[in-house]
Amino acid sequence: MNLHLTIGFLPLVDACLPILAHEHGFAEEEKLTLDFVRDVSWATVLDRLLYAHTDAAHLIAPLTIATTLGRGRPAQPLATPFVLGLNGNAITFGLDLAIQLGLGDALPDPAELGTKLRALATTRREAGRQLRFGVVHRYSSHNYKLRYWLAACGIVPDRDVEITTVAPPFIADALAGGEIDGACVGEPWNSVCVERGVGVIGLATAQIWRRGVEKVLAFRASTLEEKRAEAEALIRAMRKAGEHFVREENWETNAAILARREYLDQDAALIMRAISDRLVLKKGHPAVYYSDFMFQHREAANFPWISQAQWLYSQMVRWDGLEYSDADARLAGAVFRPDVYRSALKGLGDSLPGASSKVEGSLSRPTPVGAQSGSIILGENTFFDGPSFDPDHIRAYLESLP
Amino acid sequence: MRIAIVDESTVRASIIEDGLAELVDCEIFVLTERKALLAQLAKLEPDVVLIDLGNPSRDVLEEYFAVSRALSKPIAMFVDESDDDAIGASIDAGVSAYVVDGLSASRIRPLMDLAVRRFNAFARLEADLAEAKGKLADREMIDRAKRILMDSRGLSEPEAYGELRRKAMSSSRKIAQIAEALVTAHELMGAGGGGGAVDGAKT
Repeated sequence: MNLHLTIGFLPLVDACLPILAHEHGFAEEEKLTLDFVRDVSWATVLDRLLYAHTDAAHLIAPLTIATTLGRGRPAQPLATPFVLGLNGNAITFGLDLAIQLGLGDALPDPAELGTKLRALATTRREAGRQLRFGVVHRYSSHNYKLRYWLAACGIVPDRDVEITTVAPPFIADALAGGEIDGACVGEPWNSVCVERGVGVIGLATAQIWRRGVEKVLAFRASTLEEKRAEAEALIRAMRKAGEHFVREENWETNAAILARREYLDQDAALIMRAISDRLVLKKGHPAVYYSDFMFQHREAANFPWISQAQWLYSQMVRWDGLEYSDADARLAGAVFRPDVYRSALKGLGDSLPGASSKVEGSLSRPTPVGAQSGSIILGENTFFDGPSFDPDHIRAYLESLP
Repeated sequence: MRIAIVDESTVRASIIEDGLAELVDCEIFVLTERKALLAQLAKLEPDVVLIDLGNPSRDVLEEYFAVSRALSKPIAMFVDESDDDAIGASIDAGVSAYVVDGLSASRIRPLMDLAVRRFNAFARLEADLAEAKGKLADREMIDRAKRILMDSRGLSEPEAYGELRRKAMSSSRKIAQIAEALVTAHELMGAGGGGGAVDGAKT
C-alpha cells in the first residue's frame, strides 16, 4: 500500500524533520510519499490544515491549543502526535538597546539581563515611549517565553513594555526602522538580523526554559484518525531524520538541503548556526557555542508530553486573561497525543518514556526516568527563575507566578 | 458596507475591486502597501476585510483584530459554520475574509461569492501568463540549441530543427527539453562562455 501526506510549513529551521524525512528517503522506507506546501503566515498554514489543503502542518504549539479551545474562531479539535523540536528561538535586540544592555560578546545570564532591561524599560515608559518587542504570533511559544522572562524579571508585559506581532521576514526591517526594539523569533531570522547589522542576539529561549516545547506536527483530530497509518509512518520517518540531523557529519548536507529555494530559500551558512548550536551574536564577531540552543531527537525530545501542552495552556490563561478551568486544561492536554507516538514506535527499540506527563522544569541535573522501552536520561530542564510546573496543580502554579 | 481589500498584488487587487463594483451600497478601498497597514485600516473602519492567503501580514492583521482598542467594533474571521463549503471555496480560491461583529451572513455571502470568482479568474489569468512565458522561454532555448548545432555541425536552420525534433520523438520528450539538455551540455563543455550557469548549490 502506498501512503501519502501533504504537509504545510513556514520557512524555518525547525521545519527540518519532515523535509529531511522526505529528502533522505526515510519516508520512502515507510512507503510514504510527502508533498509540501510552503506559506508565509501561520494563519494560512492553519487555514490550509482546517480546510484540507494539507493533511498535517508544522505549527506553533500554542496555536494548536488555541484552535482546539476556540480562541478567536469556532473551536476545531487539532491533534499533535509529535513535537518537532525544543527551543531554537532567540531574542534579538535593536542596536541602540543592545549597546545599553552591553550585548554582543556572550549570552548573558537571563536574570541579570532582565534587571538591566527593567531599568531601561522603566525610563522609556516614564518618557512615554514604551519599549516594543515583536513576536511572531500571539499563540506562539515565542510570545510565552518572552513574556515569562520579562514578568519573572519584574517587567510587566503590556504595561511596562508593548508586545506586538511582526512576521519573521519583516523583523529585520522593523528593527532597522525603529518600529520595534527587540523581537523573539526562530532561526534563521535572528541570524538574518545580525548579518544585516540591525540587531544583536541577546538571549536564547533555551536560557529561559532549558527544555521548552517548540513547533509541533499538527493534524485535524479527525484526519489523524482517518490517516493513522500515514501519521505513524511519518513519525517513524521523522525519528530517523532526527537521528541524521543531530550527527555532526551531516550538518552541512542538511543545511544545504534546507537552504534550497523550495524550502527555506536562505543562506546555508546562516542555517548552520542553529543546526550547530553556534550563533554569531553580533555582526563580525566570532560564533558563540551555546549547548542545546536547538534541541533535537535526544532525550525523547519529540515525545508529546501532555504536561507541555498544559504548560502552554497555563500561559494562555495567564496572558489572555482567561478563567482557569480543569475542563479546558484537560482539553488542552488532550491535543498532545503520546498514545499515537508510542503506537508508531513500539517495538522498534526507540526510547519511549513510561509516563505521558511530568513535572516540567524539575530536573537540575541529568536524571534517568522510567521507560516503556529503551533507556531515557532526561537532561536539565529548569526554568531560569526556578519554579517547576506540576500539571496536577496548574491553578496553584498560576497563582505563584508574578 | 465598507470593504477593504488588502493585497500586495496591485493587479489582483484592482481585478477584485472591479468585480465588487457591481455590489450596491458598498464602498471599496484597496490597500496594497504593507507599511502603515494597520493605521490605514483603523482610519477606514471597514466592515469587511478581504486578504489573500499569501499575504505575509495575515498574522499581524489577526492580532490587530483580536486585541486592538483602536477598533470601535470587533472584527473576526468569517467562519460561517452553516456554510462550510463556501468558506472552503474561499480558501481554495486563496482569499480569507474578516467581518465586523453583527454583520449577517446573508449580506456577506454574495460578496464572498464575487470575491471568490474574481480570485479564481485572476488565478486563471496568471496560469495563462505563466504558460505564455514558458512558451517564450522554450522558444529561446530552442533557438540557442539550433544555433549550437548550426555552428558546430554546419547544419542549416531547418536541418538543426529537424535534428532536435527527431531526437525528441525518439526519446519521447519535448523539443524544449532536448534543447535545454543540449545547451546545458554545451555550457558544461566550456563552449558556452557562460561558465556560471551550473547551479552548484543544489546538491
